[in-house]
Amino acid sequence: MKILELKETFTASNDLDAEELRTYLKEKSVILFNLMSAPGSGKTTLLSRVITDLKEKVNIAVMEADIASAVDAERIEALGAQAVQVHTDGMCHMDAGMTREGLLSMDLTSTDIVFLENVGNLICPAEYDTGAVKNIMILSVPEGDDKPLKYPLMFRESDALVITKTDALPYFNFDMGKVIERVRKLNPTIKIFPVSAKKGGGMAAFEAWLLEETKVWVTHA
Amino acid sequence: MHELGIVTHVMKTLTDVAAENELTRIGSVTLEVGEVSGVIHEQILDCWDYMCTKRGPLFTGCKLILDTIPAVTYCSSCEKTYPTVQYGRTCPHCGSGETWLLEGNQCTIKEIEAE
Ligand SMILES: Nc1nc2c(ncn2[C@@H]2O[C@H](COP(=O)(O)OP(=O)(O)O)[C@@H](O)[C@H]2O)c(=O)[nH]1
Ligand SMILES: [Mg+2]
Ligand SMILES: [Zn+2]
Repeated sequence: MKILELKETFTASNDLDAEELRTYLKEKSVILFNLMSAPGSGKTTLLSRVITDLKEKVNIAVMEADIASAVDAERIEALGAQAVQVHTDGMCHMDAGMTREGLLSMDLTSTDIVFLENVGNLICPAEYDTGAVKNIMILSVPEGDDKPLKYPLMFRESDALVITKTDALPYFNFDMGKVIERVRKLNPTIKIFPVSAKKGGGMAAFEAWLLEETKVWVTHA
Repeated sequence: MHELGIVTHVMKTLTDVAAENELTRIGSVTLEVGEVSGVIHEQILDCWDYMCTKRGPLFTGCKLILDTIPAVTYCSSCEKTYPTVQYGRTCPHCGSGETWLLEGNQCTIKEIEAE
């Protein structure tokens, strides 16, 4: 065996990497939203609806990290948006380094918004700053109204909560008032958007928030 | 807390290095780990051994060696340096708080042993 000297330095701190990534995004005038939820909550469906609705207003790209469904990137591309699939190598979350690599593989010249569809998991993604500008959590009605009690960290770390599949409310014992109360107790400033990504209800308010956050990020350089 | 991410990063870098240098097996990797980098040695060693079993022949049986790099802080008031871990943010020479970390929060892939 021979010895190779490498002297390759990197930051061991995910938080530093994440800060650096936000600086990079600011320079590029691109906002990054990190989408977190349990598997099957409806991240890809929500993104598809947002892309279709906002097509005329902003240029959206998607970074797919959710390993459960390799077809997600194809679903996004079919809508005419740029999509990349990043491979997490079995990791249960995205970190800032992996997010940066995904971003570097994208063409961001005319992109306004990048969504990161994080790995479907309610625990690990909440512990890692991906470098995203805003964190969005998705909770779907079938998952139940006790989720804030079981996974408080993700609710605390998120800037917005989308409560999706509201079209299924009649079939589930899901107390919307109670959820909102529980979530606010954990995170008083979180924005809450009840929507049906399938039927379209409530989407306008969520999309208006996305556009407003994008405007704020790219104009306050 | 971030050890698996670091291991993934290091292995990816080394995979590229191996391709460039036509290496087929890496026997050991030496990392220089800053004293205040936040890396927990036990955890990174655990993650390393676990990932070695998943990464194919290049990393089979590959050993991780950790060299600790002391953290040093610089004081801009008296222009002296001092050990960070011992004194923190306040300069032991002059008591100033205008200090910053010179080194010790970085990690470096120092060298590998390979064939
Ligand atoms: N009823 C209803 N079903 C939905 C809604 N959004 C997603 N789904 C369904 O939930 C399942 C998982 O959705 P998907 O977007 O792939 O979830 P992901 O794993 O979080 O990306 C699919 O069968 C969707 O059709 C919704 O608003 N209402
Ligand atoms: Mg999906
Ligand atoms: Zn001093």
